[in-house]
Amino acid sequence: MTTVAEAHGLTPVQLDALEVELEALRARVVSQLGAEDVRYIRRVIRVQRWSEIIGRASLFLGFLPPFWLTGVGALSLSKILDNMEIGHNILHGQYDWTNDPALSSTDFEWDSSCPAKGWQRYHNYQHHTFTNITGKDRDLGYSVIRISDETPWSPANLGNPLYALGLAAIFDHGIMLHDVDVAQVREGKRPWEDAKPALRAGLKKSARLAFRDYIMWPAFTGPLFLLTLAANALANLIRNLWAFIIIFCGHFPSGVLEFTEAECEGESKGHWYFRQMLGSGNITGGRLFHIMSGNLSFQIEHHLFPDIPARRYQQIAPEVREICQRYGIPYNTGRLSRQFGSVIFKIFRFALPSRRTRTGSVPPAPRIEPVELLAA
Amino acid sequence: MATSLISSGSLTKRALRQAVRVFDVAATPYGVDRYVELVRPSWSSTEVRAKVVGVSRTTDRSVTLTLRPNGNWHGFRAGQYTQLSVEIDGVRHTRCYSMTNAATEGGGRIELCITAQPEGRVSQHLLRTARRGQTVALTRAQGIFTLPDVEPEHLLLISGGSGITPVMSMLRTRCALGWTKPVTFLHYALTASDMLYRDELQAMADTSPNVRLIRVFTDQPGTGDLDGFLSAAQLDGAGIAWTAAEAFVCGPTPLMDSARSLFDQANRGDHLHTEVFTLTQFAAEAGTVDGAVRFAESEIGRESDGTPLLQQAEAEGLKPLHGCRMGICHTCTRQLHAGVVRDIVTGELTNGPDVHIRICVSVPVGDVEIDL
Repeated sequence: MTTVAEAHGLTPVQLDALEVELEALRARVVSQLGAEDVRYIRRVIRVQRWSEIIGRASLFLGFLPPFWLTGVGALSLSKILDNMEIGHNILHGQYDWTNDPALSSTDFEWDSSCPAKGWQRYHNYQHHTFTNITGKDRDLGYSVIRISDETPWSPANLGNPLYALGLAAIFDHGIMLHDVDVAQVREGKRPWEDAKPALRAGLKKSARLAFRDYIMWPAFTGPLFLLTLAANALANLIRNLWAFIIIFCGHFPSGVLEFTEAECEGESKGHWYFRQMLGSGNITGGRLFHIMSGNLSFQIEHHLFPDIPARRYQQIAPEVREICQRYGIPYNTGRLSRQFGSVIFKIFRFALPSRRTRTGSVPPAPRIEPVELLAA
Repeated sequence: MATSLISSGSLTKRALRQAVRVFDVAATPYGVDRYVELVRPSWSSTEVRAKVVGVSRTTDRSVTLTLRPNGNWHGFRAGQYTQLSVEIDGVRHTRCYSMTNAATEGGGRIELCITAQPEGRVSQHLLRTARRGQTVALTRAQGIFTLPDVEPEHLLLISGGSGITPVMSMLRTRCALGWTKPVTFLHYALTASDMLYRDELQAMADTSPNVRLIRVFTDQPGTGDLDGFLSAAQLDGAGIAWTAAEAFVCGPTPLMDSARSLFDQANRGDHLHTEVFTLTQFAAEAGTVDGAVRFAESEIGRESDGTPLLQQAEAEGLKPLHGCRMGICHTCTRQLHAGVVRDIVTGELTNGPDVHIRICVSVPVGDVEIDL
């Protein structure tokens, strides 16, 4: 059986050369980091804080529809910015070099039911180290949705589309439970004792956030209790749907490949880079779209350099793309509608039984050639 | 006596702070601070921050800052220091500076005197850019190099260069308290124009009872009150009764070393108090393997074996949180309290105090202390 690298005609020597090029690119960006990056993230944080203040304040006049809608909109904006551009990126350690406690990956906590520490462990470590290795990358499918034929089919998978919808609605809780590893505990692969502290921390945090959004702030608005509660719930829902869409587009649109454990054992850094590029997909869009997606629309660049401030991804994207082209590595990018469309396709496709084939991205979804992708 | 040296926030401020804690729940997960700082950067319910209310450039190598800390500042004792943080090119740097004003001064106002060191990034930056209205981050006062509560029979204050700052505070405090027993203020500077607080010290010596000022300009022999470096002969020659004094010394390493051997030989080691202010960790060279590693929280020390700190911690039976072991995931990020580490991936050197490092890719260069 040929490995993914061999299938792309890449020798170990070429992978080493790839490593050298990418390390050089990384070193250049790191040497340029400075006041500009700090000013940027602080500006995003200020916008997030003000939009939360405006959102909460508007709901005191929530009986007037424009104010209620402003409340929902501003709170959604605040939560999305917090989770994507601010929280996700700070927790990756993208701003640790600033030495500012407010931007530190060790101290930061976000507006998500998933406690920052637990998320860091599973997301930053398991997912970013074992990206798209079936069986090891637990980001893959979030345990409930079958999105690859490497996972054996069972009749329960018929519910795939429903599970996906349910997961999207309570996405932050999903991530929290996922990090606790509920699935592995259920299968007996992980002792209950191991998961308990994480679960307790997760439940405690979600209870605190629920108290804030569904009791405390509604109570502050007195007779408008239910209106405020509804607005807060809607803002949380909007944030969850948005995060689900962006995150699922990052790894599961067609064309993104999955690796086996065997071919990644003792891999070189060059192979690791190669795997990161193949395992991710970008989304095209405007400046606001990139900010709202936490620059995860540059998923490929993010996976190559997870701890470089995300605003830099857009700058280096043309170079990464050029490197991909020279090495014959597909650079998966497309509009949101196309990328999410193929995610939905996969969710439906893998609800049904499928035969195990080599590279994961199976049937009808056409293999997109590098040339075509570059022209996109 | 001790309490009179420490000014504290008023009761109403404390009540306000309690109220803030209730609102912290409404402001989960960030806390109220993060919203209030949008409009008032110097306000915080937990952190010590200070507004720069005065800037004066006394010599061409030094700048004196007057700061008004927020309510989290709990005063200081003469001789103590604070860790001041400033941001340079987006990176926060922290250095220790001694308060120089009298500890008895009301209003929580503090004064710091910053002398630009040739390689000192923070001091050079402050000399160039410090301005009124700026907000800086501080820590509460720290250090055990302090003026005693009970007036000593003879107080001997010895300093070299910018090491004058803590003993200046001691002298000012002593005068403010109305102490009258003898004080000898012995200061070593390179030249007369380099000497900090020259005029003020002269005035104090002229007007305060029992204050004796002795200046030594080591680069310009014959221009000061004495010549040469600290020795028993120098002190005896000037008629300083150092063997009967409570001595406080702050300055460059050679000065501290001679003071230490001098007082130890005279069996007066217990009466010598010293404060180190030079950063010896800068002397460490890349590639050095030997040095001591201290894991502060677990109170374990070991000789460094040149491997990454994560590995060394595990060798001691510690189980620090970690992930990829290749510098990607930042799960193992810890605070480096002191010392220098080298990133084995980039070769970059990072020095403390209190910077965040990934221990899986950091090897110690010389002595280090880490919060593990």
